Amino acid sequence: MAKSMTKTIPSKTGKLLEVREFVASEARAFGFSDEDISKIALAVDEACTNIIRHAYQNDPNRAISITIQKKRDRFEVSIVDDGKKFDPAVLKPLNLKEHLTQYRRGGLGVYLMKTLMDKVEYNTLGDKKNEVRLTKFLHPVRARQ
Amino acid sequence: MSDFKVNHRDGEGFSVLELKGYLDAHTAPDLETTFQKLLTDKKYNIIVNCKDLTYISSAGLGVFMAYIEDVRKNRGDIKLTNMSPKVYNVFDLLGFPVLYEIYRDEHEAANKFRQQSKKG
Repeated sequence: MAKSMTKTIPSKTGKLLEVREFVASEARAFGFSDEDISKIALAVDEACTNIIRHAYQNDPNRAISITIQKKRDRFEVSIVDDGKKFDPAVLKPLNLKEHLTQYRRGGLGVYLMKTLMDKVEYNTLGDKKNEVRLTKFLHPVRARQ
Repeated sequence: MSDFKVNHRDGEGFSVLELKGYLDAHTAPDLETTFQKLLTDKKYNIIVNCKDLTYISSAGLGVFMAYIEDVRKNRGDIKLTNMSPKVYNVFDLLGFPVLYEIYRDEHEAANKFRQQSKKG
């Protein structure tokens, strides 16, 4: 049976540390290695940072809710906001070398999330809220077979 | 309690920034302020010692991106040292080792600045 828990924070960067600790502690309890725990916490940080900066445009009085669902073989983190919709299609696939040599800072968070997690999905929920859903499999090789 | 600290000290011909704690979107502005001050003071040879840096996100990496161009235009450089494997891994995922010189310790980075200043 899937177990889920939710944490809701105001849209402030000062809350990122608390979010990382929440996610890391649940990922640890689920059985991930230290390396995977770091990856998941960083991916969730990147998602929340993007929401604060872009969806809420640095308005600190909005809410972000982070729900962790532990399923048999996977750990899912759903991050929900009701700010400006993010359309991942507008971001061209990132050519990392070209991006860096032009000293461009944007888009790195999205690239990192994709690299760190097994799945990154963007959904619009029924109440027009935005969801980014990050998934990591406990045993990626077996899970993909 | 502070989650992040930058300590600045000057060596002979270079400045050293020692980073401590968590460098994320919340604390990145502190590092930006330090870089701005170095540039205002025309200190372009910068060593960033990451020995006590426990965490970095893309917001933190973005600070290095924001200043490297100006620093190099002024014939200086940002050289990074003493990274933990965890922090190095994030730099590596984003391809930073291609763009930035990363050294085992401060001494190596300082030697490199000395060699470069002799050549220059």
